[in-house]
Amino acid sequence: MKVFSYERARTPREAAAAAGKPGAKFIAGGTNLLDLMKLEIETPAHLVDVNGLELDRIEPTPGGGLRIGALVRNSDLAADRRVRRDYPVLSRALLAGASGQLRNKATTAGNLLQRTRCPYFYDPNQACNKRAPGSGCSAIGGITRQLAVVGSSAACIATHPSDMAVAMRVLDAQVETIQPDGQVRSLPIADFHRLPGTTPQIDTNLAPGELITAVTLPPPIGGEQSYTKVRDRASYAFALVSVAAVIQPDGRGRVAVGGVAHKPWRMEAADARLPEGAKAVAATLFETARPSEQNAFKVALAERTLAATLARSRVQA
Amino acid sequence: MSSPGDSDISRRAVLAAGGAPVAVAAAPGLASGQAASPETPIRVRISLSVNGQPRQAQVDLRTTLLDLLREHLKLTGTKKGCDHGQCGACTVIVEGRRINSCLSLAVMHQGQAVTTIEGLGAPDRLHPMQAAFIKHDGYQCGYCTPGQICSAVAVLEEIKQGLPSHVTADLNAPVEASDAELRERMSGNICRCGAYSNIQEAIREAAGRLT
Repeated sequence: MKVFSYERARTPREAAAAAGKPGAKFIAGGTNLLDLMKLEIETPAHLVDVNGLELDRIEPTPGGGLRIGALVRNSDLAADRRVRRDYPVLSRALLAGASGQLRNKATTAGNLLQRTRCPYFYDPNQACNKRAPGSGCSAIGGITRQLAVVGSSAACIATHPSDMAVAMRVLDAQVETIQPDGQVRSLPIADFHRLPGTTPQIDTNLAPGELITAVTLPPPIGGEQSYTKVRDRASYAFALVSVAAVIQPDGRGRVAVGGVAHKPWRMEAADARLPEGAKAVAATLFETARPSEQNAFKVALAERTLAATLARSRVQA
Repeated sequence: MSSPGDSDISRRAVLAAGGAPVAVAAAPGLASGQAASPETPIRVRISLSVNGQPRQAQVDLRTTLLDLLREHLKLTGTKKGCDHGQCGACTVIVEGRRINSCLSLAVMHQGQAVTTIEGLGAPDRLHPMQAAFIKHDGYQCGYCTPGQICSAVAVLEEIKQGLPSHVTADLNAPVEASDAELRERMSGNICRCGAYSNIQEAIREAAGRLT
């Protein structure tokens, strides 16, 4: 691990100002960042520890939604009574991710900011435009079974690994931030993560030093909520494909798919086709898909997972 | 939870490049908090409670909680397996919660309470979970065992608190220590010898005695 310096921030604004400087990074749970620092894939010169910021509460919003502090641990968010009752898709997604030990440490904001688990990103001996911009992409033409089938580019076919973010996308969450100059803003989760394009090294639309302070959920939308994750093991594995769904009794609803793209994959045009069934929804979601021979199964698997989700919701209704 | 500020350095402390911890007076703007490119390892004094005892050590800032426990405090019961949060051999209980000690910096645990396998029990006064692992032969080589036991003790507490898991059928109903629940909750602890069925038996027995 490279040498770094360290400070504890006392307020969100101080933290953002400190992290706005070149080479600085926030650390919260650290479960992804420290792993990458050990491998020297991340080499921050300075760590801004944000654990002392009082951003670990879950509070109702005046509009009837829920405001989740950036430092709320994944296990606490999954277990929150209001989340279990009103946003079960979010509890389910969180509980499908990582292990008990990791969920106890990983935070809401850190989960959104985690890096891809593309094996070529993790292997410094391989070309990777996300790790070393301009070096190329060894994943393309390599072992692609786990990698993206849609929204990818000639520069990068990595996926975003989060389960939580897929549920937040289906719930239309808002990401609240503070910038180094003290300005605050709120980004729709849909605009938070980026597609790789020609700049796969940039995962999100946050500015340098911009600190996530909370994620806000709109008022509960009811419906039959589920998160179905298909993976190589029954537990503690990243998704091959996952489906977060909120299906209303009349068959309308929303779906977002994980494990297939550089961000949670949701299209309002696909949602609109839910009453037509899984095939129609998948046709819209994957219209622009460009899978490899090794991961073409993900398109079929996503359609079948959607079909299973819709069948279950009909039984429940 | 104790505050990270309960330490020998203030919350505003900035560990300047190449030197000992430097406490900076509280002032807006973090003038001294620049992201320097330090090349000399920075040392920091860590004070925390381990197994009920106050402990201190002067360590490189890069030291993980796992390396603090093993290399500095000589508590070698906690094991280093993968060192990447994948195997669970390093599982310890911090402020009542199990975590991977390999994926946490020691400096982030100033003032906190850590329980390791040594704190759960000893040969002459075994923790019920340790006794159950022995009775059911819940190991072969034993390397993953301290992590398995720390994790299992925390798992039963999580079930007692009613925290749901991936296999909990009803998120709003009480949680039971069923075999499916125990298996799912222990998935972050890998056993290369494959002693899983006996580990399961041990935890099931301890669940009956502890909860």
